[in-house]
Amino acid sequence: MKLQDPKLLVQPAPLLKQPLTTAKAMGDVAFALAPATLAGVWFFGLGALLIVSAGIAGAVLTEWVFSPSGQRRAKLLDGSGLITGLLLGLSLPPGLPLWMAFLGGVVSIGLGKLIWGGLGYNLFNPALVGRAFLLATFPVAMTTWNAHTGDFFAVQASILATPFLQATYDGMSAATPLGTMKFEGQSTPLWDLVIGKTSGCIGETSGLLLVLGGIYLVLRRDLDWRIPASILLSVAAFSLVLFLIDPAGYPDPLFSLFSGGLLLGAIYMATDPVTSPITPKGAWIFGVGVGLLVVLIRVFGGFPEGVMYAILLMNAATPLIDRYTQPRVFGKGIKTP
Amino acid sequence: MLVAIASLTLLGVTLGWLLGLAARYLKVEGNPLVEQVEALLPGSQCGQCGLPGCGAAAQALAEGRAPLTLCPAVDRALAEELAQLLGASADLSAVADQTPVIAHIHEQLCVGCTRCFKRCPTDAILGGPKMIHAVFADACIGCQKCFEVCPTEGIEMRPIEATLQTWYWPQPALAG
Amino acid sequence: MRLFKIRGGVHPEDRKLLSAAEPIADLPLPPLLHIPLQQHIGAPATPAVRRGEQVAKGQLLAPNQGQLSAPVHAPTSGRIVGIGSFPAHHASGLNVRTISLQPDGEDRWSNAIEGIADPFALAPAEIAARVSAAGIVGMGGATFPSAVKLNLRERYRLHTLVINGAECEPYLTCDDRLMREQAAAVVDGVRIMAHALGVTRILIGIENNKPDAQAAMEQAARLDDRIRVVHLPTRYPMGSEKHLVQTLIGRETPARGLTADVGVVVHNPATAFAVHEALRYGRPLVSRVMTVSGGAIRRPGNLRVPLGTPLQYLIDHCGGFEVEPARLISGGPMMGQPLPSTRVPAVKGSNGLLALTVEESKWRATMPCIRCAGCVRACPCGLLPLEMATHARTGDLERVADLGLMDCIGCGSCAYVCPSHIPLVQYFNYAKGELAARGRIKQKRIETKRLAEQRAQRMAAIQRAKREAMAQRKRAAAAQKSQATNTD
Repeated sequence: MKLQDPKLLVQPAPLLKQPLTTAKAMGDVAFALAPATLAGVWFFGLGALLIVSAGIAGAVLTEWVFSPSGQRRAKLLDGSGLITGLLLGLSLPPGLPLWMAFLGGVVSIGLGKLIWGGLGYNLFNPALVGRAFLLATFPVAMTTWNAHTGDFFAVQASILATPFLQATYDGMSAATPLGTMKFEGQSTPLWDLVIGKTSGCIGETSGLLLVLGGIYLVLRRDLDWRIPASILLSVAAFSLVLFLIDPAGYPDPLFSLFSGGLLLGAIYMATDPVTSPITPKGAWIFGVGVGLLVVLIRVFGGFPEGVMYAILLMNAATPLIDRYTQPRVFGKGIKTP
Repeated sequence: MLVAIASLTLLGVTLGWLLGLAARYLKVEGNPLVEQVEALLPGSQCGQCGLPGCGAAAQALAEGRAPLTLCPAVDRALAEELAQLLGASADLSAVADQTPVIAHIHEQLCVGCTRCFKRCPTDAILGGPKMIHAVFADACIGCQKCFEVCPTEGIEMRPIEATLQTWYWPQPALAG
Repeated sequence: MRLFKIRGGVHPEDRKLLSAAEPIADLPLPPLLHIPLQQHIGAPATPAVRRGEQVAKGQLLAPNQGQLSAPVHAPTSGRIVGIGSFPAHHASGLNVRTISLQPDGEDRWSNAIEGIADPFALAPAEIAARVSAAGIVGMGGATFPSAVKLNLRERYRLHTLVINGAECEPYLTCDDRLMREQAAAVVDGVRIMAHALGVTRILIGIENNKPDAQAAMEQAARLDDRIRVVHLPTRYPMGSEKHLVQTLIGRETPARGLTADVGVVVHNPATAFAVHEALRYGRPLVSRVMTVSGGAIRRPGNLRVPLGTPLQYLIDHCGGFEVEPARLISGGPMMGQPLPSTRVPAVKGSNGLLALTVEESKWRATMPCIRCAGCVRACPCGLLPLEMATHARTGDLERVADLGLMDCIGCGSCAYVCPSHIPLVQYFNYAKGELAARGRIKQKRIETKRLAEQRAQRMAAIQRAKREAMAQRKRAAAAQKSQATNTD
């Protein structure tokens, strides 16, 4: 005879839970990214907002279409699709045709997440998978940087280009700070980099707001501070070494930290819990690896920017890092006297 | 020219020697699979599988002529072990469905005929002629041999019930 | 005193204020007691009374079976009305052998009960024997027979007795109240145990959220300069034996070893109180202090409960349920046992009875793991709970064991922090239980093989004997025949 009161739920302890949920953590990330997103829209005009929205729409719609009908609500409410789309949108150039941004969102979720088995199973950061796909498929559109038009409401023609047709770029093209550094050897004033008055991807320019959002997330314990800390420290250290060897040929460490997508990548993309190591020691190794690769690609590679590939490469190394950095189990290796 | 011939000859001789050594030291004696399988089987020769004893059953399993669920003593863990050994992807669903049972003798029905006592492969039945028999639960493997011969139908195969010591939480992903 | 750091841990809201201010009240005798014969780790006790027998309070009902076991005594005077199966104080809802006792209301102690004037004159082994006879088990919830722990001095070089007054589980206040109200008795019990163990140092660890208990124990401990009351930081799981020892003396107990390996024995204050009662007054363990609390209880409080009291009786005494409870827990909410019913009896290990509302437990549906590593940071044992749960789910139990399953103390810190609400502890319980079951089956397989071989040998011997007898008969017959022909 088994005894069971119908009203009581019998579940194993612990029967207390902390209030944080996955959905709330995702909400925090979106909140932390909001200022940088708004700054991007302020600098690049309404078109930037359309591009970010297209990225989010592509991501969320794909999530919805490929979810079992009973779970659609839950899948959308966990917020992971939204964050992926937002991060993708923020890492796109401000003149990209909308349909490409939308396609990027579709690929991010479809190839970056769903084919791996959904949330929690993917090896690579979904937003960066989408971006890598776009960069490989539309190299010209992805590396055309429009200068500020000054008119907030003017939406460039290229943004509204018809799908699958050659886009026309009417706006003034301007090289990114990393581009000018790589191809012309010119540095950009630090203050412009900090507040974001440069050309570049929509969300990557305002260093100050990105850092503030990151501090918010660390305080809310939504991200592991070790990863951004180790990436930024190692980038600073490696570029300082190069700078000391030849101050004329290499950028100074502060320029390296605040230019390009480093802050966006280090604080919001490398820290994606699914694709970064779970052990504290592993987080340090991961971060230093990303930092080293960023400097190597930027200085010695063919591209002016290397954050995306650096993170994707270290994503691939994550299972290996986890395997070899398990903390010492309590009492293991202690000899019985 | 000479150097090339010499080096290739040397290479050939060395590798050939290594292969010879390997053949000598890493030799596989006959088919060890049957023995390994037999080591896993209970060895009670209960014959429930319909084959003459555990040796024959091991032979059949090793040659793939019989399913892993052949033996009543094969539970899930053992089936997994066998599957690993035989390199077969075992259909474990059938195994999980079998609940382990042990014999129980109804004292009021037992006439002390000792038939069950004689047939038990693990000496799990205690008692003598004209005395009520009892099952030593720890030794019973649930082979049902006694169940079949009891003239008074006084033996019941009962599922083994969990106790406070053996009970544990079910796997959460499978539990409703 | 310098404390040492431990890894991981969490800070759950302690919610002790619900019952911390309530003094320990004596629970009136219930109309019927159900005393399980298994209230401890080890072999169950064997009943020594018969149905209909009249027993006195403290009389032995069932002696222990072997060393790792504990006897059971009558919690009050009355008549034995049955010995049978009754639902156990256990999450499974299974039955266990139980003696039912109908109190006669006199609550008359047995005449055989007699205390010792000076326990310190006794030999250590004698103290352990008396503790064993009194049926005392670890009262923090582990229910390990205390006498076994008091006998550790024979095999280990012990130097310190640690009293675990951390009470790090939320809601529970029974040890807190006991240390505040019975400080002198607890300290006396502690000194008796120290005498039995032959240790030179006594550390009483109490978390900082119990300042009154700290003060009371410091006051009572003045008579013995071996005793130090240590203020512990409030953090879960501070009360885990091995972690407490590391915090206090900075030494890590070897994996799967005992704290005795580093010369320390840990006991609970309630156990110390029971030892005091048993030695000074000869009273066996027949009642204990329990916290009845939780959002669903109308008047939370601390009660001295006769063992075997149905939990429903405790709830009724505390004013019943204010709202319908969603969960009933024996012990604390982090490591306690969920109970399937209020009919089950109170036992030696139950330090609390909690009735939680739905809102309190914050239960939510499980979501996919996002590998946030919150569990890795919270684990006080340096394990990777998310990896272990993944492998447990796919059935790869060998890998789970490799990852350190057997070093998991089941504290629940991982499942507490998990934002995806994955039942990590249940995965580990399942894996531990399944591995143990497989071990038992393997053992049985080996045993079966041995029995079958024995039988085969016996059968062969019988056959041989038969054949020989037959041959003998034949020879004899042949001999007779030849003799017969010869005489012809």
